Amino acid sequence: MFAVLFEQTADGQRYIDWLLSGLGWTLALAFFGWWIAFALGIVVGIGRTVQNRAVAALARLYVEIFRNIPVLVQMFLWYFVLPEILPTTLGNAIKQIPPPWGSFFPALICLGLYTAARIAEQVRAGIEALPRGQAEAASALGLGGYLTYRHIIVPQALRLIVPSLTSEVMGIYKNTSVALTIGLMELTAQARQISEATFQTFTAFGAATLIYLALALIAYQGMALIDRAVRIPGTTRTEDDIAPNLAEEVQQAGSLPAGMEIAK
Amino acid sequence: MNSLDFSIVLQAWPYLWSGLLFSLALTAVAFVVGMVLGTCFALLQHFEVPVIARIVRGYIALIRSIPLILVLFWFFFLVPIVLGHLSGSGGPVPIGATWTAFITFGLFEAAYYSEIIRVGLRAVNRGQFEACQALALSTFETYRSVILPQVLRVASPIILSQTIILFQDTSLVYVLSLTDLLGAASKLAQLNGRLVEMYLVIVVVYLAISSAASQGVALLRKRYAIAGARR
Repeated sequence: MFAVLFEQTADGQRYIDWLLSGLGWTLALAFFGWWIAFALGIVVGIGRTVQNRAVAALARLYVEIFRNIPVLVQMFLWYFVLPEILPTTLGNAIKQIPPPWGSFFPALICLGLYTAARIAEQVRAGIEALPRGQAEAASALGLGGYLTYRHIIVPQALRLIVPSLTSEVMGIYKNTSVALTIGLMELTAQARQISEATFQTFTAFGAATLIYLALALIAYQGMALIDRAVRIPGTTRTEDDIAPNLAEEVQQAGSLPAGMEIAK
Repeated sequence: MNSLDFSIVLQAWPYLWSGLLFSLALTAVAFVVGMVLGTCFALLQHFEVPVIARIVRGYIALIRSIPLILVLFWFFFLVPIVLGHLSGSGGPVPIGATWTAFITFGLFEAAYYSEIIRVGLRAVNRGQFEACQALALSTFETYRSVILPQVLRVASPIILSQTIILFQDTSLVYVLSLTDLLGAASKLAQLNGRLVEMYLVIVVVYLAISSAASQGVALLRKRYAIAGARR
């Protein structure tokens, strides 16, 4: 069934090389996008829980904006609209970035900022799930606001939310496919291109589907390993194999913050 | 940067409005189909129906692992072939992108709703089942009148959050060249060249609908929890 993948393409490669190059872009986008999202998500998530009203409002505004605009529309904003509303010279400079990078960077920024809003809500949920006594004890020990967050609150909150971050990891690698709409030849785009070139649609989409399945498995197992390594002793987790955070959420519906919904 | 001219939006509004109606119709159909199918999927797994439960589980794991755009491509290709087989006409039955979108979103969302309901079913207290047995309710009555209403109530905030995501995801029908809200804006932008205005307007529309709905869900979460249920 997959023999056609090893045939020569018009440009002298094999079709499987197209797929692998697509996989490379997908992985690059998901990997670097994740670190942008994780770093920014922690900052914004902390921002939502601090006493300072202005900071909390700004963090909330960020989350509301980036979570409530479809990721495809955000993609278009970074790719089409941003160069238009910047000063002309800067806009033109952006438009002249050569092909793969001209699509890659807007897609990277888009996915990073979009996923950051989702991670911020998880971080906030994690911080709010900690007993108040943690912050009070830190305060009794004479730690200031920064040191309390740095050494007491954030490390524990992050350890708590590893299971819910799993669905964000799965979300970001799946959302990389949206970048095909601005011309990035990632995995899904390459599969479609192979299907159009060979008319072997089953093979082309089947191969891409298998690769995505493998990625999902790796992401899931990797996060399960991390969870086991950093889990706070004494806390129990549901043994749900497909939606780890969902089980907890449904059981406690009504008490959990709005951020912990499942990701696609 | 050229000066913005939002008067163009007024002219474009009827077309954008029809696009928005399509987005909403797609959301509504996918919600209904997804909830009905998803509940069936969840019950099939809950009752551990031999073979079928495993197939359903595999389907859900598969759908949840691959991007929606790839699912749209798959269905765009597969649905006409499957319909051709079902109708016995031999050849593929072309049904067009609109129908493909409705079918795909219904089947795709079923996988997500099913997970929510499946976990909700497990969260129902054992005593509820035992009480139904003590009242001599049939299995059908037990689920219809006692268990499922509780599941839906407990899971309703998550189901609605999922539906807001679904509404945003309908914009992906752009890859099938359909005229949803985003599709309408992008087609107009190509015609009149005012892409900044077009995209900014739909950003406002998406933002307004999604955040209003999120606020509604947050209120619901507070108000609609089952009294006395474990928090």
